[in-house]
Amino acid sequence: MFEFENMRYKDILFIEQLTIHQGEFTCIVGESGGGKTTLLRLLNKMISPTEGNIYYHKQRLEQCPSVAHRMDVSLLSQQPVMFEGTIKDNLLYAVRLFQKDDVSDEELSDLLTQLKVKKKLSDDASLCSGGEKQRIALGRILLKKSSVLLLDEPSSALDEKTEDLLLQIVSQYAKDHEVSVILVTHSSEVASKYGQRIIRIESGRVIR
Amino acid sequence: MNGIIELGLPQMLLAYVFAVVVIILLKYRKIPQEKLVFFATIRMSFQLIIAGYLLQWVISNPHPLMTLLIIAIMQVFSVITVIRKFKKPPLSKSLQRVIAIVFPLGSLSALFYFLFVVVRISPWFNPQYFIPLAGMIVGNSMTGISLAVKSMHEKLTIEKARVEEALILGATLKQATESIINRTFDQAIVPTLNNMLGMGIIFLPGMMTGQILSGTNPTTAIFYQMAIMLGILGGVAITVYLILVFGIKTYFNHQLQFREIEL
Repeated sequence: MFEFENMRYKDILFIEQLTIHQGEFTCIVGESGGGKTTLLRLLNKMISPTEGNIYYHKQRLEQCPSVAHRMDVSLLSQQPVMFEGTIKDNLLYAVRLFQKDDVSDEELSDLLTQLKVKKKLSDDASLCSGGEKQRIALGRILLKKSSVLLLDEPSSALDEKTEDLLLQIVSQYAKDHEVSVILVTHSSEVASKYGQRIIRIESGRVIR
Repeated sequence: MNGIIELGLPQMLLAYVFAVVVIILLKYRKIPQEKLVFFATIRMSFQLIIAGYLLQWVISNPHPLMTLLIIAIMQVFSVITVIRKFKKPPLSKSLQRVIAIVFPLGSLSALFYFLFVVVRISPWFNPQYFIPLAGMIVGNSMTGISLAVKSMHEKLTIEKARVEEALILGATLKQATESIINRTFDQAIVPTLNNMLGMGIIFLPGMMTGQILSGTNPTTAIFYQMAIMLGILGGVAITVYLILVFGIKTYFNHQLQFREIEL
């Protein structure tokens, strides 16, 4: 699905050769500051390689239209931003961008319950805690129905129990919808539990 | 009652008492602005003396090339003034280019409509109308564009994370920056709108006052003032809209990523 060919991003990340396969739950582990987040941002096209190429389904990423690509390859940032408005507005933000069929309030409430967010759809999103914002942002990208989910430490603001529950939801969702997941995590334990493949990145290079 | 009271040199010099009073007050309160007041007073005096003599000559010797040259100088100085206002950090080259294109486009389209469709000046280059009316429309458009660029830059800096999150989720540039453009547009035209709201009640506008003082029928003066205010509103709105729509694009590359040098 994603192929790297002598790809460099400044002095932060250099990947000579790497393939990330479709349908897999791939975990990226490594020390902080090693280039894991940069890798996800490259895959979502928020930044572009300074040298070399990344291919997505054999097409050079540079040539993929950015808007369509970001719809298909969704990124959940480590500290997602909530937009002005209610929790419902935030959940539907991406869906409304593409004028897809609106999702019913019942479905949205079920999603909130699944994500263990004990708030109403009409509540102000800016008043949610860091952990709640992370889970609402996860719901936001799940509703996009993308082919690939890029998750940057999605449970950094959560306790162990909620983290496990969240990753179970993602894992189940990926299986049900045949979605590829690329998860960045600092925890080797999480990586070995969920990852069908583990890629270790240290000092900007992939360690085989 | 008609006709203007001639203001002789001694009477005009008496008005400088106001500047002297301000300087004394600043010195007494130890507010370190007295040099600025002094410099501003001297500069204003020299600029107006030169402009007065120049206008007198241009109006007595009307020529299309001279009118066009003055308008071009006004435009160049306005663009330079706007760009020089932003030193820390300076505006990017691409944004400077956009300002240099959209400012004349916006301000001149409002000016030409006003002169040729509303006032219908004759001959078309009549400097008596062309130059003072251009000064009002171009000057106000310059204030509007400065305000818009400052506000757009600040908002993009403060709300960078929100704009980026929208782009991450797949928003187009228009969708990601819509709220910033709308709020900036609103802020940039508010001074002109406030001016319109207070006009006639809180203050009498300069052009109307000038015309009435020189003996023009107040009805004519009012019509001129209403028309020029609408012309100014048009000039400000068109220039601000153009700079926002085209200027905001300079902060992003063609892959819809923030250009790193911009913020």
